[in-house]
Amino acid sequence: MRLEKRQHSSPWALVLAPIGAVAFTLLVSALLVRWAGAPVGQTYALLLQGAYGSVFALSETLTRAIPLMLTGLAATVAFKARLFNIGAEGQLYVGALAAVAVGGMHDGTGLPLPPMLLFVLMMLSAALAGALLLLGPALMKARLGVDEVVTTLLLNFIVLLLVSLMLDGPMKDPTAMGWPQSVALMGELELTKLIPQTRVHTGLLLALSLAVALWALMKFTVLGFDIRALGANPRAAAFSGVPVTRTMVAVALLSGALAGLAGAIEVAGRTSYLTLDMSPGYGYSGIVIAMLAALHPLAVVVASVFVAGMLVGADSMSRAVGVPTFIADVIVAASLISVLVATLLTQYRVRWK
Amino acid sequence: MSEFVDILSNPAFWVAVLRIATPLILGTLGVLLCERAGVLNLGIEGIMVAGAFTGWLAVYAGAGLWGGVLVAALTGAVLGLLHAFLTVVLALSQHVSGLGITLLATALSYFGYRVSFPKVSTPPTITPFQEMDWLVLPILAEQTPLTLLALASVPVVAYILYRTPVGLAVRMVGENPHAAEGQGVSVVGVRTGAIVLGSAFMGVAGCFLTLSAFNAFFFNMVNGRGWICVALVVFASWRPGKALLGALLFAFFDALQLRLQQSGAAVLPYQMYLMLPYVLSILALVLVARKASYPQALMKPYRKGER
Repeated sequence: MRLEKRQHSSPWALVLAPIGAVAFTLLVSALLVRWAGAPVGQTYALLLQGAYGSVFALSETLTRAIPLMLTGLAATVAFKARLFNIGAEGQLYVGALAAVAVGGMHDGTGLPLPPMLLFVLMMLSAALAGALLLLGPALMKARLGVDEVVTTLLLNFIVLLLVSLMLDGPMKDPTAMGWPQSVALMGELELTKLIPQTRVHTGLLLALSLAVALWALMKFTVLGFDIRALGANPRAAAFSGVPVTRTMVAVALLSGALAGLAGAIEVAGRTSYLTLDMSPGYGYSGIVIAMLAALHPLAVVVASVFVAGMLVGADSMSRAVGVPTFIADVIVAASLISVLVATLLTQYRVRWK
Repeated sequence: MSEFVDILSNPAFWVAVLRIATPLILGTLGVLLCERAGVLNLGIEGIMVAGAFTGWLAVYAGAGLWGGVLVAALTGAVLGLLHAFLTVVLALSQHVSGLGITLLATALSYFGYRVSFPKVSTPPTITPFQEMDWLVLPILAEQTPLTLLALASVPVVAYILYRTPVGLAVRMVGENPHAAEGQGVSVVGVRTGAIVLGSAFMGVAGCFLTLSAFNAFFFNMVNGRGWICVALVVFASWRPGKALLGALLFAFFDALQLRLQQSGAAVLPYQMYLMLPYVLSILALVLVARKASYPQALMKPYRKGER
């Protein structure tokens, strides 16, 4: 068999391919549900209900979608320029660390600044921390040719150990009875809730506006053009005068900043302090979301609500029918692979010969 | 200073070094085979988890220990076949496909474990490989047969790569697939074969953890070892002998930080010692970067008739 490039691909196919691929994945995953000995229809109904079926379920899903949206955007801008940033997990944690360092109540009180100013300072330092963490690997790639995949991956482990170190020492909450958690954020710095009696917070609006901003940046600015050119063909981009290193650095700063913000917003919106298990792999899921969204910033919003829904829905479904929650991870990972294949088939046709 | 001498003069330290190095040697050889054929395989982390799980499950279900190793290798091979289909036949992004395989294999293994053992609080155990007391060599006698297998695999892989027509074909499709195709070598076939074999190595690397180093399956037990192997291959400049050296060096520092933590000499927080191997890996990558000779076609998808 071989693949032949299609002359035209219908815009309908581009929208329907991912939906069909996810439906196919759910069909195949039904085998796993049967293996776990649960009725397929009821399991999926509970999964959907737990994800989107009530105001509470939807609020939990949106709460979970906020960090995923941000790490998804971080992966989108980086992958668009072929900077394979697998380190969003680490960048998220340094962002959270910076947020607590600036906005935490050390010695019982915080920095003596007006809350508004302090909030901006906190978010900026989180973005900066994430950006700087990715700057190293990006420069090593641009200057020395060191593969950024490996360096960003390894940095995730280093950052987690650094967080553990800080939680044992300088940032330890003395009132936490030996539980490894940081000092709490000052109350004034916490994000307000969007819907009373739920956990969904104004970080959602921040994430949504960042998605729109990134879309506009990619579509309407010179930097956006350079990023797309670099991703489409690095050599052609260099020939036509795209400043390769400078664009790569800008992409790294953007991507790292978005992931760093994910950490700060998670602390300010949900946990109010930093723990070692704050992120169940949001950084890695961000890559999946970016790919599900075909690297389109606005589609990232949809993809993150889908992935968050699977994770949240699986929790309540698992309590009811006993199918392990890992089914959500299987569905998400299998969706990634099937969406990749389906998208390819919209651009290529298979010739058997 | 005498602290160091004490640690280094203790044979138990060197036994630990070789034990820690074993899965890294196997995994690094696996990555090396894939990359020599021009394909990055970030599926390794998940393939190791799957190998650890299925190998252990087979033994738990009554298969022999070598049966478990075979099952782990087959698991790796099947996942490798999927990676080959996505990256070689369909020419999709090697990064994304590999990460997808890691996520899928990990999720499937954890799901399978939970379905098989829904209510256990302590993980069920098996009788793992025993030390090779019959071997008269010091240090090696205190290892399990899988370590011997790993060490023996290094010259075998090197021989295949540099001294056989198959190895030449693997290196050709990794350097210049267009020229290889011109010579009548099937790029798709050779790359698929290399990925399947390499992934089988990764599966065996994973089952070392459950069948030799420990006797049970835990969540997060692979814990980044797969990613370390990806780094070690770059450090080794894609050469099997240097891969062995790199794995031993990494294991040396890992064992050293463990001992330093345990001994009273630990003046720094334990996290600093744990960071050491990762920091050294990055440093090593920077140091070798200038003279690293990447396989020329690495990460470049190949579609017949397309430039």
